[in-house]
Amino acid sequence: MAATPGTLEDLRAARPPGLVAKAWRMSRERPLGAIGLVIIVFMVIAAAAAGWIAPYDPLINHYDAMLSPPTLKHLLGTDAFGRDVFSRVIYGSRTALAVGLGASLLGAIFGAVIGVASAYFGGRFDLYMQRLMDMLLSFPLIVLALVVIAILGTGVQNVILAIAVPMIPRCARVVRSSALAVREMPYIDAARASGFSHNRIILRHMLPNVMAPTLIMLTSFLGQAILLEASLSFIGLGVQEPVAAWGLMLRGAAVEFAETAPWMAIFPGLAISLAVFAFNLFGDSLRDALDPRLRTR
Amino acid sequence: MTVYIVKRLLLMIPTLVGVAILTFVLLRIVPGDVVEARYLTQGNQFQSQELMDLERKKLGLDQPLWKQFTTYMAGLARLDFGLSMWTGAPITEEIKLRFVLSLQVAIMASIIATLLAIPLGILAAVKQDTWIDYAVRVFSIAGLAMPSFWLGILMILCMLLVFHWVPPMVFTPFWVSPSENLAQLIWPALAVGYRYSAVSTRMMRSSMLEVLREDYIRTARAKGLWLKLILARHAVKNAMLPVITVIGLEFAFLLGGLVVTEQVFNLNGLGLLFVESISHRDYTMTQALVLLVAAATVLVNFLVDIAYGWVDPRIHYR
Repeated sequence: MAATPGTLEDLRAARPPGLVAKAWRMSRERPLGAIGLVIIVFMVIAAAAAGWIAPYDPLINHYDAMLSPPTLKHLLGTDAFGRDVFSRVIYGSRTALAVGLGASLLGAIFGAVIGVASAYFGGRFDLYMQRLMDMLLSFPLIVLALVVIAILGTGVQNVILAIAVPMIPRCARVVRSSALAVREMPYIDAARASGFSHNRIILRHMLPNVMAPTLIMLTSFLGQAILLEASLSFIGLGVQEPVAAWGLMLRGAAVEFAETAPWMAIFPGLAISLAVFAFNLFGDSLRDALDPRLRTR
Repeated sequence: MTVYIVKRLLLMIPTLVGVAILTFVLLRIVPGDVVEARYLTQGNQFQSQELMDLERKKLGLDQPLWKQFTTYMAGLARLDFGLSMWTGAPITEEIKLRFVLSLQVAIMASIIATLLAIPLGILAAVKQDTWIDYAVRVFSIAGLAMPSFWLGILMILCMLLVFHWVPPMVFTPFWVSPSENLAQLIWPALAVGYRYSAVSTRMMRSSMLEVLREDYIRTARAKGLWLKLILARHAVKNAMLPVITVIGLEFAFLLGGLVVTEQVFNLNGLGLLFVESISHRDYTMTQALVLLVAAATVLVNFLVDIAYGWVDPRIHYR
């Protein structure tokens, strides 16, 4: 039988799918990733429109309603200072997203540049770079972050840096292994023969070709970065009061009053889990889509 | 094999020396030292300069950096970590107590993680794309998402509200009272173990899926072998390799990385000591702890490689 393609199918395939069609296809092919994406979209909306969604200012104390259980007035109750937990959870998504995105972007970019440069130059530079990365990798994630915090001090910006630093060697190693293959491509030889500078070859010719592994590392860092920020804030070495951050909300009074006011301990933790869960689901699906070798069958 | 082992052991030395140098430099970049941390943060801003200088002299902090460094390195060469700058006690003494606790939690958490991961991973792979597979995957992704300190808070809360009982807050060594010891440590081990089982479960599942597609599995099925026997005799051992790596690496991280969970369960372990020593600017203690964790990681990596050869006879080391 000759292969006679159905004309209607042909037409459908020829027309570029719209956003709705794309979203529909994704939800059919990768339901878990689609669920993650939906949660992420909600989180971004919550962060962007926190001022409209949150019923109260997250920093204002309601002295008439301290440790109030969840009521219609305070949907998720209030904390020991009479601050509305719901509003703080909503505003906390800003901190989580800022730290998560900032740290993963920094970590992935620096990691990718180091990985590519290491593969491109090879030889002694590669050897020393890799030994340095090995050294950094011999620290647990949180320990290295704590060392950076000790040097820089606490606060949102320093937390972003502290989380980015341990991500760099992890990203550099993965990117380097892909870049090693890219380096052997004829177009790199061609670029070198044309007399382009090292900078130009690394930035213009090699980096774009290791975008897939970099992107995969970036998304897998996002969840971890949010979790790490929560952990650091929880032990008091991350974001500082009175900024609304989920890890911070679990600290101190939330544990002391856990028996009488469990809402203080439950909802911020739920928010952390949901956010990290969503980013992990999405990252997994993205990895499956971009890297067929790692596909979870 | 012996040559390989000796070579690997010798190669650890430059890595660890590098870590030692790195921490030495990093710590000295930080503004402030242990003397300032002790006197200026106690609300006493008017300490006399002479007293602080005297204190610095006692600790050897007045000497030039290169001299401090050579003293430190000379101590390391003799495996002497010196005295804690904050408490003045020998560092080995201070660490020993906490090491026992952290090691026990790490071992228990690893056992829990392995006991969860391997059966669940096999189950998910065998029942691929059924609801069992999906349930296992969601269970493991949820484990990755939940902060173990929050899980710890919830566990304590549950015990408090349901059983009106809280785990003991004081550490009893295992050899003094096993029941008391386990009653305290099983909870952090569970909270952390569940989280760490997630990565191994996923690894077990995917490597199992790969092995199940091998020709020898098809041959075994074709000759009519029982599925359970195929799994037990042919598949699991071959799928274990990447899982061993993950479990090994996690174990090394558990040793020093339980900073947050230890706070929830009020455990006086290495993680807490680490946070304290950083905030006290206790150089000697921080250096020793970082080196300990790094040494554990390097050593576990080495043991994992040795275990490879044992699980997979095709791997030979020269």
